[in-house]
Amino acid sequence: MAEVLVLVEHADGEPKKVTAELLTLARTLGEPSAVFLGGPGTYAKAKEYLAQYGAAKVYVGESDDLADYVVAPAAEVLAKLIASASPVAVLTAATPDARETAARAAAKSDSGFLWDAVGLTPELVATQGIFGGSTIVQSHVTKGIPVIAVRPNSTAAEAAPGTPTEEQLTIEVSDVAKTAKIVDRVVEAKSGRPDLTEAQIVVSGGRGLGAGENFALVEKLADSLGAAVGASRAATDAGWYPHQNQVGQTGKTVSPQLYVAVGISGAIQHRAGMQTSKTIVAINKDPEAPIFELADFGLVGDLFQVVPQLTDEVEKRK
Amino acid sequence: MNIVVTVKQVPDTWAEKKLDASDRTTDRKSVDNVMNEMDEYGVEEALRIKEAHGGEVTVVTMGPQKAVETIRKALSMGADKAVHLTDDALHGSDALQTSKALAKVIATLSPDLVITATEASDARGGVMGALLAERLGLPQLTLARKVTVDPAAGTVQIERQADNGYALVEASLPAVVGVVEKINEPRYPSFKGIMAAKKKPLTTLGVGEAGLDASEVGLASAGSKVDDAEPRPPRQSGTIVKDEGDGGAKIAEFLATQKLI
Repeated sequence: MAEVLVLVEHADGEPKKVTAELLTLARTLGEPSAVFLGGPGTYAKAKEYLAQYGAAKVYVGESDDLADYVVAPAAEVLAKLIASASPVAVLTAATPDARETAARAAAKSDSGFLWDAVGLTPELVATQGIFGGSTIVQSHVTKGIPVIAVRPNSTAAEAAPGTPTEEQLTIEVSDVAKTAKIVDRVVEAKSGRPDLTEAQIVVSGGRGLGAGENFALVEKLADSLGAAVGASRAATDAGWYPHQNQVGQTGKTVSPQLYVAVGISGAIQHRAGMQTSKTIVAINKDPEAPIFELADFGLVGDLFQVVPQLTDEVEKRK
Repeated sequence: MNIVVTVKQVPDTWAEKKLDASDRTTDRKSVDNVMNEMDEYGVEEALRIKEAHGGEVTVVTMGPQKAVETIRKALSMGADKAVHLTDDALHGSDALQTSKALAKVIATLSPDLVITATEASDARGGVMGALLAERLGLPQLTLARKVTVDPAAGTVQIERQADNGYALVEASLPAVVGVVEKINEPRYPSFKGIMAAKKKPLTTLGVGEAGLDASEVGLASAGSKVDDAEPRPPRQSGTIVKDEGDGGAKIAEFLATQKLI
């Protein structure tokens, strides 16, 4: 069967959920080969997971060079593998690091590159929601080996346990790829919440919260639901919540099972980042707020009353 | 410091964006076009670095004739000169082709620093910084939320944004820096700036003058093709209720019927 390369998305070896989604998707296209690239000793943490989700083969690349420099070494290794394995396609997550790696590998292999795919047929026709999800396009790569970055949460992961063969890669990285050196990694917010783009449920807060400290209400609701926390641009612009949590046209795009918009009016800028969510719940005091046009369930009311009550109700039903 | 900053003209954020029915490229004719909002942060960062360390800021864009408006905006903010790569042959270029074309132009300017924004609001690829670094063979310092340049040492350091914090990344100059929104507060062009912009040098290049071959750019040789495009079906309208004191409980009920809790 045709080989499909899947770039493993992981944090220091711990696989991200999107990896299982990519392997599941790859199985509909051919035989998935996971490509694990990380620092020394990190693969051990991913090994079982990759077997569980049906990798037929794993290319293992472990090296300080892969951990210590931004993107370029991984892109070089991936491009070499594309040349030697000649897969039918390469799938990566559409996350910042992975899409940069994918784009550079596509450039090196003179191949076409598609990003933000939410579906892929066995004929490698990708579905993408463009312009903030308002237009759905079908596209395909016309040059080289298709390199496709797939959005998290666009495929339901299904286990397919097996015993993949392993191939150790010899990592030799050129000097030009070792120029942007990571000298430190600083963890600022260890929330214990799921990643925004991977979360099944996202609770976002906006201007209606009125102040940064009121995000505690959103966080409490999120924690009762096991959700990630997002914020509208108005909220991040005001400095109420970190920019990396911004959902919208100039922030992250999310597509969870449930999106709860708290005190968010739903300007086009915000809708672009969340309108493909499966179910949308909105809480806003303004009945004219455009967010209600998208909502499956909208509540016109005071979020300071409604949100704590909702949090209690969710806790009660656990 | 010789700084190059890339900008792109895009359909206005508030415009209803669509694809041109004839060739399925972004329709730029039926909408208002503006400087990509994120690029304002790139221009601002370039100007701040110039103001701190001296030098010159050159704006580079690729786009139709009309994109000169976006160049004017960057010049009126304070950039010194501009290069506009424009040619019918470029129409429909994908990100990989665009990076190749821009890199060709940028290389002739021998910059110490190339600044881009993270993404444009029309295509939202988020890969131009990485691709320019690839094409130019320069360090990739993208997703920067803070940039510190040390011209004497010939180095640049950034805070690369991550989900739970940041990575501190260092490189020697020259380098490509990609900035995120919020890195700064972009200035508004002053009246004086707007007047001065009209006299600033602008070089317009066609594909041939830029040393590109028309066969390597444009829709016909792009690496991907759009087969079909449809507007997303509108969402089914939902239930909207007014809070009568039990709003939270009502939402919980809804979530339970949807098996979400």
